[in-house]
Amino acid sequence: MSRWAYVLLLLPFAAMLSVPTFASGAPALGGIPFFFWYQFLWVIISALLTGLAYKATVR
Amino acid sequence: MNWPALSVFIVLFLLVTVLGFVAARWRKGDLGLIQEWGLGGGRFGTIVTWFLLGGDLYTAYTFIAVPALVFGSGAIGFYALPYTIIVYPFVFAVMPRLWSVARCHGYITPADFVRGRYDSHGLALAVAFTGILATMPYIALQLVGIEVVLAAMGISGDLPLIIAFAILAAFTYFSGLRAPALIAVVKDTLIYVTVLVAVIVIPIRLGGFGHIFAAVPPAKLLLAPGQYSAYATLALGSAMALFMYPHSITGVLGAQRRDVVRRNMAFLPAYSFLLGVIALLGYMAIAAGVKPNAAYGAQWAVPALFNMMFPAWFAGFAFAAIAIGALVPASIMSIAAANLFTRNIYKEYFRRDCTASQESTVAKTASLVVKGGALLFILFAPTQYAINLQLLGGVWIIQTLPAIGIGLYTRWLHRYALLTGWAVGMALGSWMALSQGFKSSVYPLSIGGFSIPGYAALYALIANLVVAAILSWVFNAASVAAGTDKTQQADYTAEAPVGLAVGPSLA
Repeated sequence: MSRWAYVLLLLPFAAMLSVPTFASGAPALGGIPFFFWYQFLWVIISALLTGLAYKATVR
Repeated sequence: MNWPALSVFIVLFLLVTVLGFVAARWRKGDLGLIQEWGLGGGRFGTIVTWFLLGGDLYTAYTFIAVPALVFGSGAIGFYALPYTIIVYPFVFAVMPRLWSVARCHGYITPADFVRGRYDSHGLALAVAFTGILATMPYIALQLVGIEVVLAAMGISGDLPLIIAFAILAAFTYFSGLRAPALIAVVKDTLIYVTVLVAVIVIPIRLGGFGHIFAAVPPAKLLLAPGQYSAYATLALGSAMALFMYPHSITGVLGAQRRDVVRRNMAFLPAYSFLLGVIALLGYMAIAAGVKPNAAYGAQWAVPALFNMMFPAWFAGFAFAAIAIGALVPASIMSIAAANLFTRNIYKEYFRRDCTASQESTVAKTASLVVKGGALLFILFAPTQYAINLQLLGGVWIIQTLPAIGIGLYTRWLHRYALLTGWAVGMALGSWMALSQGFKSSVYPLSIGGFSIPGYAALYALIANLVVAAILSWVFNAASVAAGTDKTQQADYTAEAPVGLAVGPSLA
């Protein structure tokens, strides 16, 4: 697996483990505090990144 | 007794019972071979593997316990979301290697791999023992999931639970991994429908998401700064532990091709989204004014919410989704534990020369024993014991990560160092959980006057790794025999052909 693929896979760790960066309630989205919608957003981003890593390393 | 709910529940339960037995004929193989019974012949494609792993990892207990934690303790319970976000990138890097080496050598359990890689009976036994130990209480908790939804339909007593488990035991014995694979398709469909309806209907009835979050007390809505480290370590530790569980590995090894495993890691997050919505049900229960129940505590939150918000027949549908959601992981867990017992204890220590058919018979019987034990535990011991043991299970299983996870990349860690590290991690992790009275898996570690609360499993893993690394350096320097590695570099990236490349029985 190339180095690039590993970087893509590390991004979700960096984002999700730096808790203070997303622990606040603002800005809310449609009544949903930031803390929640941001993590939901990362479910999608992380899936896309893993998909990219797959594409980049498919034989 | 809630008859409309119960009728729908019974119809769906009967449907999956039939499916469980029909599964024996699906992608037919010789169920007298442990590879066929215990791994479905390793013939599951991308879609079936997606359902199988999804049904396996996101258990009924998860669906009850995660919202219960959010309901009772607030935002900290939401760690389930970052946990299931980071688990897939991690597994994407690691598990295809295990799949490949397992296929090259006919390994069906993680302990098989450790035995071949490190040439160590002791280490393989430690991995098998830990796997069985961590799995048993997990099976028991699936029963708790069934118990709670039965109670929500007004059914009490032990008999319904015993019947449900007898059905589970019978189809698992009969069909092996094919049964939960087929049932998972139904189970997950029911779960997705339930959650989709819940996330639309309940907020409408409660006046929108704004109202729901406004109803949550501020202390439960967001993390306190003192909880940040606990949140992050719970997510990281749980993610590293998840795929060390035997049932996760069984799900991975059932895949037909290496690519099936890799591709699934980009698709499985759909279940994480689902889990996040399920976690929010805890807040919806707060907003709806659900009160914890005397018998089931916060675990009552979701069943009570469904009874309050859904018409009876759809509540029955949702309860069936949860109960069937218990059958799939319980079945796979018992198969995984049975594979471990058969391959790494029975065959290793009792009958070296057992035939292929004896091997599969022992595995089938072991699956019954494992489930019977779990049932007896739930019937006769307080539920809290099972919950405590499952909490310990996570602390224990992560201690096999150095041998399995790191072993997939490098053999630098010495077999005796790994074994010592494992023992240190097991003891330290258990002590940490015990010292908190099992009330929490978070341990306040004191470093230089500062207290850093973190997941005990992760702290114990760090101790395990430090011991393993230092001792490896010592043993390697002293040229202590490291044993023969039966695997080769190329095995870890091999695209094995269809079917299991195993010994003479399948040749």
